[in-house]
Amino acid sequence: MKVRDDFPMLRKKIIYFDNGATTFKPHIVIDSVVDYYSNYSANAHRGDYDISLQVDDAFEAAREKVKKFINAKTTEEIIFTSGTTDSLNMIIKGYFKNHLNSGDEILITKSEHASLVLPWFLLGNQIGCVVKYIDLDQDLKVTIENVTKAITNKTKVIALSHITNVIGDIRPIKEISKLAHQRGILVMVDGAQSVPHIKVDVEDLGIDFLGFSGHKMLGPTGIGVLYGKLELLEKMKPQNVGGGMNDIFTSLKQIDYKPLPHRLEAGTPNIAGAIGLGAAIDYLEMVGMDNISKHDQELKRYAVTKLSKLDNIEIYNANTGGSIIAFNVKGVFSQDTAIYLNKHNICVRAGSHCAKMLSDNINVNSTCRLSFYLYNTKEEIDRLVELLKNKDILKESL
Amino acid sequence: MDNEVKRNIIIDHYHNPLNKGLLEDENYTKIRVNNESCIDNIVLMVKVEDGIIKDIRFDGEACAISTSATSIMIKMLLNKSVEEALIILNEYEKMINEQDYDESIIGEAIVYNEVYKQPNRKKCALLPWRGIKIIIEKE
Ligand SMILES: Cc1ncc(COP(=O)(O)O)c(C=O)c1O
Repeated sequence: MKVRDDFPMLRKKIIYFDNGATTFKPHIVIDSVVDYYSNYSANAHRGDYDISLQVDDAFEAAREKVKKFINAKTTEEIIFTSGTTDSLNMIIKGYFKNHLNSGDEILITKSEHASLVLPWFLLGNQIGCVVKYIDLDQDLKVTIENVTKAITNKTKVIALSHITNVIGDIRPIKEISKLAHQRGILVMVDGAQSVPHIKVDVEDLGIDFLGFSGHKMLGPTGIGVLYGKLELLEKMKPQNVGGGMNDIFTSLKQIDYKPLPHRLEAGTPNIAGAIGLGAAIDYLEMVGMDNISKHDQELKRYAVTKLSKLDNIEIYNANTGGSIIAFNVKGVFSQDTAIYLNKHNICVRAGSHCAKMLSDNINVNSTCRLSFYLYNTKEEIDRLVELLKNKDILKESL
Repeated sequence: MDNEVKRNIIIDHYHNPLNKGLLEDENYTKIRVNNESCIDNIVLMVKVEDGIIKDIRFDGEACAISTSATSIMIKMLLNKSVEEALIILNEYEKMINEQDYDESIIGEAIVYNEVYKQPNRKKCALLPWRGIKIIIEKE
């Protein structure tokens, strides 16, 4: 893909394979943020003067871009948050806390991210709802059969990553939604790893809630999105109250909130972040989400084929799609491998990747993770493979 | 000491660490230490009697530096008084943090004298010592 010149970070002599953690930013994103701070740096929704109106326009235009990008019905369904973690917490604390009862069951899996698992655990402690697990198959995938098996007449929510951050498999969310809705179960999706990599269409998927982060899709840090079906968001309680979300208040009993989406966005929003996210979406659409998916998956297949030929490498998710590879060098602790590669200017992530429960399934507590994106190349993978052929990785990591 | 020798000592301790495996024994004080990166994870158990470190054992999963540093630390501190241990610990921390230190009491831990060149490894080399410090400072 001819995109590398668009990314200033790629001028550094490093190979970046940690796109699951965060991504580099193209010029148009950086420029849009700088433009806001340099040329119309005012608050939003305070429009008594020109530059403030300009801010409103840019901020709401970004919301419109997000709406189109994920095919929501209206911009009222798009709430700006600080990121996936914020979005998932808001959904669970602002909606489900008031709509679930003791004994109600939530289905997740053991490969979910901490930012999905922990708010559910917390809510379980608070109101007595129960977190249960859908079994993963031998390739660590979620199958419709296993979802069906896990559903009971107490199941009220299925909460899953669309794509997990450790294994990178794409879950059959559309089929799961259909199954869930036939039984009156709501579906909440962590889109942190999917929205950046594949076309996510909330209407087509039929999901009820979605959260994702700007920084993992070429946008700035500190901005994210909460999508919810309008009728559900209407019933969501604001977690934060304050400026920008109320219409009038005279006393505790008499507070009128603004309509959606502003009701759920108390305080001065991350204006630069939203504008930057809008620019990131423009960029992704220009390249084309289908092209990006194809490229990422092609890189994964290429890397798996090459790495499988090395007898010192163990790959844990060779048979899943997506753009993530979890591996270890035999006899070398994941962190030592990452440090060895860092000595050769290759960035990979070592660790449990915030999915700590998965070790039950794959019997390793930590792995090295490669996560590819549109600017990665086969040449970069060749270089990685060359370095991993070394028989002295442990020693050279010291 | 040349680099190759240092690396070999580290790898030796990594593959055959001293006193790995915990015991069920109430005479030990236990502590878990880990790094922010959330990978290195070590549990230490220490038995101090009459101001003397009688035994240290450990378990856990950690990188080559953390694991070997734990093994070397145990070797150095066994049967030392708490005061002596604190002095060694102090010199060790100085060495890792690239300050002047007394080489004569660093012993085998000298293999880490250039860890400061890899900032991402410093916390690994300090990990077991952080744990032991908490325990013996209470003594
Ligand atoms: C699957 C998944 N969910 C949630 C998150 C949390 O995203 P953020 O840190 O941007 O809130 C991440 C990012 O690490 C992720 O990969």
